[in-house]
Amino acid sequence: MNMFIYMPLLPEIMLSIMSMVLLMVGVFRKNENSYEIVSNLAIISLLLITAIILSGSISDGVAFGNSLIADSFSQYLKILILVSTIIILIVSNIYLKNIKLLKFEYVILILISVIGMMLMVSSNDLVTLYLSIELQSLPLYVLASIRNKSSKSTESGLKYFVLGALSSCILLYGLSLVYGYSGSIYYTDIASTLVDYEVGILIGLAFTLAGFAFKISAVPFHMWTPDVYEGSPTTITAFFAVAPKIAALGLITRMLFTALPGLVDDWQSILILLSILSMLLGAFSAIGQNNIKRLLAYSSISHMGFALMGVINGSIEGVTSLCLYLLIYLAMSLAIFISIIALKNGDEHIENINELSGLSKTKPINAIIISILLFSLAGIPPLAGFFAKFYVLYAAISVELYYLAIFGVLSSVVSAFYYLRIIKIMYFEESVITYDPVSKRLNSIIYVLTAFVLLFFVKPSIFISFAQAASLALFS
Amino acid sequence: MSWPILSTLLIIPVFGSIIILLINSNDDIGRRNIKTVALYASIVNFIVSLLLWVNFDIATSSFQYVEQYYWLSENITYHVGVDGISIFLIILTTFLMPFCILISWDSIKEKVKEYMIAFLILETLMIGVFCALDLVVFYLFFEACLIPMFLIIGVWGGPRRVYATFKFFLYTLSGSVLMLIAIIYIYIITGTTNIVELNGYLFDYSIQTWLWLAFFISFAVKMPMFPVHTWLPDAHVEAPTAGSVILAGVLLKMGGYGLLRFSIPLFPVGSFVFMDFVFVLSIIAIIYTSFIAIAQEDIKKLIAYSSVAHMGFVTMGIFTFTEQGIQGGIFQMLSHGLISSALFLSVGVVYDRLHTREISVYGGVVKKMPVFAALFLIFTMANVGLPGTSGFVGEFLSLIGAFRINIYVAILATTGVILSAAYALWLYKRVVFGVITNKAIEELKDINAREYVILFPLAFLIILFGVYPNLIIELTSASTSNLIENYNVAVDQYQSFINVQNVN
Repeated sequence: MNMFIYMPLLPEIMLSIMSMVLLMVGVFRKNENSYEIVSNLAIISLLLITAIILSGSISDGVAFGNSLIADSFSQYLKILILVSTIIILIVSNIYLKNIKLLKFEYVILILISVIGMMLMVSSNDLVTLYLSIELQSLPLYVLASIRNKSSKSTESGLKYFVLGALSSCILLYGLSLVYGYSGSIYYTDIASTLVDYEVGILIGLAFTLAGFAFKISAVPFHMWTPDVYEGSPTTITAFFAVAPKIAALGLITRMLFTALPGLVDDWQSILILLSILSMLLGAFSAIGQNNIKRLLAYSSISHMGFALMGVINGSIEGVTSLCLYLLIYLAMSLAIFISIIALKNGDEHIENINELSGLSKTKPINAIIISILLFSLAGIPPLAGFFAKFYVLYAAISVELYYLAIFGVLSSVVSAFYYLRIIKIMYFEESVITYDPVSKRLNSIIYVLTAFVLLFFVKPSIFISFAQAASLALFS
Repeated sequence: MSWPILSTLLIIPVFGSIIILLINSNDDIGRRNIKTVALYASIVNFIVSLLLWVNFDIATSSFQYVEQYYWLSENITYHVGVDGISIFLIILTTFLMPFCILISWDSIKEKVKEYMIAFLILETLMIGVFCALDLVVFYLFFEACLIPMFLIIGVWGGPRRVYATFKFFLYTLSGSVLMLIAIIYIYIITGTTNIVELNGYLFDYSIQTWLWLAFFISFAVKMPMFPVHTWLPDAHVEAPTAGSVILAGVLLKMGGYGLLRFSIPLFPVGSFVFMDFVFVLSIIAIIYTSFIAIAQEDIKKLIAYSSVAHMGFVTMGIFTFTEQGIQGGIFQMLSHGLISSALFLSVGVVYDRLHTREISVYGGVVKKMPVFAALFLIFTMANVGLPGTSGFVGEFLSLIGAFRINIYVAILATTGVILSAAYALWLYKRVVFGVITNKAIEELKDINAREYVILFPLAFLIILFGVYPNLIIELTSASTSNLIENYNVAVDQYQSFINVQNVN
């Protein structure tokens, strides 16, 4: 028996072992600071795993009988997932202390969910696909409702669970149809056996994509997003906005590109509809929002619509643009969420955007940073958000989907309006609240992420070449 | 390799704003230092930009001081350079910037640091727009100008600043997003966004009109042309004086520059097809906005509407595609940049004293501010287009161009000259002459040394270019004739193509 056949999955294996160990640590050290120890150990082990992947010592290949695959595409997305998790855990240390929610289970649940996400981007057949999605989702349901004294948090957890379970059913039904009509669960086999055009497999495809759309909160399967974002603790909201979205988009992309390349016209037209609806609804619904987390929920719906443009393209340029979009989206969203977490008055964290009024006077540096991030989210050059949009628009136009690109830019004008509204509140209005000083650790994370967003234009070719290398793996 | 002078121009203001960022702005000394650094940075930039002029070769129409580095890909590069059309716009930008900082010296009291940083960054972006030789780089600078301008109007503006700045931002953004799609489309079908290479590319005729429209919408909003000009009066009225100066002096020129640099060379057939359409819009702008200007009660609004009218001359001149017309359009852009800036600065001078822009409040200013009245007279006359001022040369040349192409257009446009005399002279009469009815006017003091330094050079240049326009025309002539030559070749091909189709 050769142990090396599991090498491609070393990160997942290490993380699984680590999360079990940490669970034990947490359980047996029943005292005050068990959260801190567990959390710090988790951060260290995640850093270690990230370093291992970055060092390139994980060989590409398949494991568990072709069920899971490790290639540069999955490594790239795994790094994004791990980095966002590390940032979330560091921020959680400060945030949870403030809202007095120091439960070590929080960390364990995040870790288990991350294992699910890493398996998602590595899954290479329909069974691992479904199992990894479930492994990712279950801890998230608990995390959404972890603040069990707050009715909103409980509500959001319940809502997320019920709708998530429903979407899993739909997904499973779709997957079973795909299996039934193709006779295989392996992506490569599905691709090779699918020569005949069958109506059944189209129904399967539609159900599968509906299930996926729920996971990335694409319209019309987005209903849960604003409520869950609003009710969850803000660190969990930030986590929801980034990591599961990256994992789910990676999973969809791999499945569609390797299992169903023959049905490209069909899934393209479904995704175009999802993309246009998400961009438009995300843009228009956010206008009326006063709760900042709900507003960002709609903003993330709109961004998912843009990211889908990269999948729709169906070729290597599309996947490159998707990879780049996810990287930039990660930096922008995390930075904006952390900026919100950083602003507090006693144990009151801001919820309403009017509480930001006059921030330019009370916290000038934070106000500048939030403005930079909002301009970037709106896609105004020279900030990173512009390049993200530029490449997905390029992906859409290169397959002659002009109307998709036009919908995209028009909805970005609409969304510019509500991003500008926040800047207006910060800069053009008088201050109402005085905020506590921002913790140095939070500020340094915000600075790094904002520097990335601000200075991306100086040497974009570095990140573009990473994204290109990642997307190449799907087409070899 | 020679010194990368354009990159230097782009970096100096950024460098200045980094220094300003590090200065503590909590006390008066700190604020003074900030203003001084900003002033020095802008003056140094102006001097460096003069080097462009000194070493400029007027005989060639190709780009000079070219720099090109790998950026997004092999064919989307950081590519900058100047030719006869862009050089004076860069110098205009660097020339106006010290005045903007000087006029704000006392009037800006809050957030001085952010104000100066916004202006210096804006300077970099504006220079970038005029020297970019790559469509993506151009778009980057073009759009990025929105951010500092949004903040300048929104933070330091007047009472209705939020409405004005949102209108400005959303109008311009929605105009230019379609240009982004057009740029990406061009990149996909030609494989490059390098303007020098694209100049020789012949786009399919049916596509050209669409691409032309996508670019035109964005430039028309920026220009601004009728009917998308409505953001301009609001933005001008609410912006601080220096913001108005930059808006009228430089930002509006980006529209005209874009037409000359992109619309005509890249899509000559598109420009040809839409020629009459542009004439109609220009004539409406000239006549309609002049009438609106007559009815204004607010000095800044009046000047803003007159800007729209003068920009109508620019588009009309450019779209005659004659030597005189295009020269006139370019000259009009420069002269309007000086004249409208001077007018807004003059308004700023009296506004700082009386804190109102209502025309009816003024009257009899000449008795208390004779020097100001004299300078303001020069600017008003230049705005009217009196011979001997730069305003005359631009209007005259573009009218000559129009007469050669379409006599009706020329006649209608000429009425605009008369109307401009009506509103400008009436404004001058109401503000400067008459009996003093307002007590506050009695206490006015004439312009101080700082204001003298601001207004006098502008008056000097306006008269200099009026008397000796060749200074500019010799710079622009090589590029202009090259532009027209390429245009004529493309249009001749198109017409023979149409003829062949008709025969078949």
